[in-house]
Amino acid sequence: MFPPIPNPTTKPQRPTFGAQDLIRRSASTITPPAQRQTEVAKLIDVSKCIGCKACQAACLEWNDLTEEVGVNVGVYDNPHDLTANTLTLMRFTEWVNPETDNLEWLIRKDGCMHCEDPGCLKACPAPGAIVQYSNGIVDFDHDKCIGCGYCVKGCPFNIPRISEVTHKAAKCTLCSDRVAVGQGPACAKACPTQAIVFGSKDEMKTHAEGRIADLKSRGYANAGLYDPPGVGGTHVMYVLHHADKPEIYAGLPNNPRISPIVEAWKGVTKYAGLAVIGFAAAFGFVHHLIAGPNRVSDADENAAERLADGRRWRS
Amino acid sequence: MNMDLSRRQFLGTAGAGLAGGALGAFGFGEIEAAFADSIRPFKLVNTTETRNTCPYCSVACGVIMYSKGDLKKGEPAEIIHIEGDVDHPTNRGTLCPKGAALLDFVKAETRLRYPMVRRPGSDKFERISWEQALDRIARLMKDDRDANFIAANADGVTVNRWTTTGFLAASATTNETAFATYKVVRSAGMVVFDNQARV
Amino acid sequence: MTNSWTDIRNTDLVVIMGGNAAEAHPCGFKWVTEAKANRGAKLIVVDPRYTRSAAVSDVYAPIRQGADIAFLLGVIRYCIENDKVQWDYVKAFTNAAYIVKDGFAFEDGLFTGYDEKKRDYDKSTWDYVIGADGYAVVDNSLENPRCVWNLLKEHVSVYTPEMVERVCGTPKAKFLKIAEMIAECSSPTKTMTSMYALGWTQHSKGSQNIRAMAMLQLILGNIGVRGGGMNALRGHSNIQGLTDVGLMSNLIPGYMNLPTEKEVDFDAYMKTRGFKPLRPGQTSYWQNYKKFFVSFLKSMYGAAATPANHFAYDWLPKLDVPFYDVLRAFELMHQGKMTGYFCQGFNPLQSFPNRKKISDSLSKLKFLVVMDPLDTETARFWEKHGDINDVDPAKIATEVYQLPSTCFAEDDGSLTNSGRWLQWHWAGGTAPAEAKRDTWILAQLHLRLKQLYREEGGAFADPILNLEWPYADPGDPTAEEIAKEINGKALGVVKDPADPTKVLVEAGKLVPSFAALRDDGSTACGCWIYSGCFNENGNNMARRDTTDPDNTGAYLKWAFAWPVNRRILYNRASADINGKAWDPSRKLIEWDGAKWSGYDVPDIAPTAKPNEVGPFIMNPEGVSRLFVRGMMRDGPFPAHYEPFESPVINPVSPRMQSNPVARIFQDDLRQFAKAGSTEFPFAATSYRLTEHFHYWTKHVRVNAVLQPEFFVEISEELAALRKIKLGGWVRVWSKRGSVRAKAVVTKRIRPLICDGKAVHIVGIPLHWGFTGVAKEGFGPNALTPFVGDANIETPEYKAFLVNIEPIDWPEA
Repeated sequence: MFPPIPNPTTKPQRPTFGAQDLIRRSASTITPPAQRQTEVAKLIDVSKCIGCKACQAACLEWNDLTEEVGVNVGVYDNPHDLTANTLTLMRFTEWVNPETDNLEWLIRKDGCMHCEDPGCLKACPAPGAIVQYSNGIVDFDHDKCIGCGYCVKGCPFNIPRISEVTHKAAKCTLCSDRVAVGQGPACAKACPTQAIVFGSKDEMKTHAEGRIADLKSRGYANAGLYDPPGVGGTHVMYVLHHADKPEIYAGLPNNPRISPIVEAWKGVTKYAGLAVIGFAAAFGFVHHLIAGPNRVSDADENAAERLADGRRWRS
Repeated sequence: MNMDLSRRQFLGTAGAGLAGGALGAFGFGEIEAAFADSIRPFKLVNTTETRNTCPYCSVACGVIMYSKGDLKKGEPAEIIHIEGDVDHPTNRGTLCPKGAALLDFVKAETRLRYPMVRRPGSDKFERISWEQALDRIARLMKDDRDANFIAANADGVTVNRWTTTGFLAASATTNETAFATYKVVRSAGMVVFDNQARV
Repeated sequence: MTNSWTDIRNTDLVVIMGGNAAEAHPCGFKWVTEAKANRGAKLIVVDPRYTRSAAVSDVYAPIRQGADIAFLLGVIRYCIENDKVQWDYVKAFTNAAYIVKDGFAFEDGLFTGYDEKKRDYDKSTWDYVIGADGYAVVDNSLENPRCVWNLLKEHVSVYTPEMVERVCGTPKAKFLKIAEMIAECSSPTKTMTSMYALGWTQHSKGSQNIRAMAMLQLILGNIGVRGGGMNALRGHSNIQGLTDVGLMSNLIPGYMNLPTEKEVDFDAYMKTRGFKPLRPGQTSYWQNYKKFFVSFLKSMYGAAATPANHFAYDWLPKLDVPFYDVLRAFELMHQGKMTGYFCQGFNPLQSFPNRKKISDSLSKLKFLVVMDPLDTETARFWEKHGDINDVDPAKIATEVYQLPSTCFAEDDGSLTNSGRWLQWHWAGGTAPAEAKRDTWILAQLHLRLKQLYREEGGAFADPILNLEWPYADPGDPTAEEIAKEINGKALGVVKDPADPTKVLVEAGKLVPSFAALRDDGSTACGCWIYSGCFNENGNNMARRDTTDPDNTGAYLKWAFAWPVNRRILYNRASADINGKAWDPSRKLIEWDGAKWSGYDVPDIAPTAKPNEVGPFIMNPEGVSRLFVRGMMRDGPFPAHYEPFESPVINPVSPRMQSNPVARIFQDDLRQFAKAGSTEFPFAATSYRLTEHFHYWTKHVRVNAVLQPEFFVEISEELAALRKIKLGGWVRVWSKRGSVRAKAVVTKRIRPLICDGKAVHIVGIPLHWGFTGVAKEGFGPNALTPFVGDANIETPEYKAFLVNIEPIDWPEA
């Protein structure tokens, strides 16, 4: 099996990465460190996933998150979507393979992809609320988050969610607290079948090659790795049996990229120099941009309206 | 093996060698301070570890329970986290969605805290002391046993059997509890005795 | 399990049928994914539903619930027809060559000797021909038409691929594909493992489901080898242990039996337990029965068990019926014949079939005692909860005690996993408020009872007054003290029978293993098969050395496995008749000319010569049994019978619809729907989901979040037929009750064509109730039938008939 990471120590340990390792900081200009840390990655092998939701359970427990007990709406996906507490979610798709006429139950663990080129960070107007470390982890700093919801719009994977309680954005941290002391994410540790493994990105790519060869030997001619170049690659990657059709896995984007609007906003932040005083003006400008009818779907827009409709901003 | 070693180096888990020097100079507070703003300090620091096995299915995965306070030292211990034990040959640190949520079982709101009694015809449970509950249950057992014990059958064969009170044994208690249960139940002559092997 | 979880890594083919390992045992299933990833192993899943195990399978085939025997005998027929038999194994290690008595036959769905009134068989012809030398007669040429092999061939001949399709609804092409994959494992260098669970046991012929696969595995030569075996994936964490320690109506620890009324005294009891070998030179290990039995009685009654009183044999209760299992217990309760009932960590109101009967039965008790870490429905069976528990407390006179017990995190001790590993665990948390360990509660009850008898006298009190109770604090025995009792100790000096000058164990010392036990009262042992678990070397169950030479998955220094730390049962059969491994790459133990040795503790006397002593040492034959003589109530071979509620008439033997000797009570017969009922046209089955564990995790918030609410699963076709909407409310009812649930409409369930008729399946998961944090819900047992397996009384939870309709119900 893939060598598991030894049990954690309970002795105090100095973190292996920190503020000195930032390569990006939202709405800020920083000087990246001279040397980049080894890039990390989580590899999710959809073909080994048994949809048990251990990853969801481990995530809730490790991160001390409390989710609402919902209802059944006729499917296995519970909760029904990512929330500010459900940072990872199994999404189930019943797909009949037209070539074999066999049913395939495609189960994909959804959550933050930790993009090399993170749209959330670029869209974020709050200085330092979203940071990217040189090992590839994209993390949110809740104390600095203003709850505007722009990260949600900036994300090509529709991942961050705004808490209705704290009005802060939340998403998977890749268990930055665990990685900082040499552990892997809680979901990867729990995963019974090692459908989730964690290590350096190079190591994950090598491991994926072996898995893809196995799948091809079992007749999955289009098995492949999902590491989309449109966002510079990701630090969460998938092995898919049908890599030619990522969209069949509960709408995994075929070629995700950061919205041009967000790229535009990035320009604004530079221009505006990120003064907090200028924020209201900048906010209005971006809101105008994002509200452009040709740019976003109604559903997305409604969601954004709801998020940005601000209990926070009106009060 | 090489892969394993390189992983350990990469992950910074080579052990004392790596962290030792730095730790000499660091108090825990300083280490905590060394975590970046976005990164939560590692929550298992300075907890007590106890080895256990998952109580649910028969795979019997190894778990480590992390507590504040050490039971072995006679202290009250509050478990704050439970995680798979990588050293365990079967689960190698992994856990299923039940095992991964064991902490919520230990701390469930519906854990029982006090002996309770529900009197005939009543619509509620009432608190009762252990002494009162045990005395009463022993009395109920003896009265029934004395009234219905079958010492011999119609042919005069000694059968020493008690069929009017039964015992359903657990399925997640220890072997030691099981044997103690066996002794107490069988010595009373009980035969209506079963476990959960079939459900 | 004959093998262990970690051994599954060694297999070439995994067959999951009668279980759903990926969902019910995810971390054990890991070793399936490892075998797939590292050995190129294949996974076959056969199930009425496309499960999460099926989601990662190489081949999935649907099957109608309750049709497994037809499928498996069909595969056996395929193997015989196509000469896919591991002949050297079958000839040397099974009873294929044994000659069966004249008179034994199978006709119209019945074996010889059926008595309809008694619903039982006279099994006298179900046996071997015994020769003048006192041994079973064999024909190694397999030419005698009365030899087991030829009888088997004839018995399975009806199960053609066409018949399999007709009975099971499995498309013929899928069946043949699977039969072909399985048949490949008849090669000595290819191994298949069977992983099954309640999907096979919970039928009126559950034991025979398992036998059918065991027979197939013997024909393929897959028992006793790495990556092979019959692997029963037990449910709860210590149900293996509770059964090993004999917590059943008819058992004594270590699979010995409580006496029956016919065994009027010690000698009569021992007379039927001679276990004389049926072939020359065979081990027949149960010949040691008396040593284990006497040592058990000494552990119960200590000094009061003497040779003069036959070690207090009469103090054990004697049975008048074969079992007082749970079905009989509730039948007796329902008849008003019981006074009190204890439920230790058990929730029968939710767990047992025909909930109305269970609820009515509990209402007739004088007292009920519940010991549990959690609030259970059973403890609150008298409490009104809307339509889910529709009772009137004022009319229920049962006195109920709810005693809070500790959970795993607050208790030391050992659990026995499915692979027979006894693993020690340690308490790490303080119990809530006044919760107490079960051992404390039981000790307190025993001491009180003893005190009452001492003071007042009463019904035969000797066994209570003299129960061995040697604990430092009699009111609070420790786990270590009890573990040592289970292991056993020498009461006097134990000497070597071969050399009486040699002392094997000093008086007062723990015995090293059951080999040291004696039948003269000089040893005590609570559970002989566990002996060795805690000996003078210390607590072997607490061992944590992960050494595993050559990565075989044996882990001999991790914890302790019964018996005597053996990890794969029948491992002698991993080598051929001369003691050489069938598959050199999967060597387990081998004969070196003088002794057996290898990666595992040999399951044979270390110096037993390979050509002389057979590998199945517990059997008087020394070989395994394709024909099981009179040891099972419903036949020496499995045969297909329909569930007691079935959508079709038995296509194999129309005159015998269901198991003729299954456990039924007269009053329950009225409550079964007829075969092919139009009133109850759909085939239902109940099961578990991976997000939950039985009725516990509805108390666990995280698990309640992951699967919050009771639902039933149906096909898109049935949804269309009954106009049921995805996520809408439905009512499902059987002849015994009715439930309300959400509808999951799915492609994972499809109607099956059985005997020319479309059979729609309704899947009903079981995890809900009215206590805990999950949404209140019914679960399936208001619907399930009160009928049990012929041999071990397991209720038929897996196959029954229902009807379904959409309903309006306000969202909670």
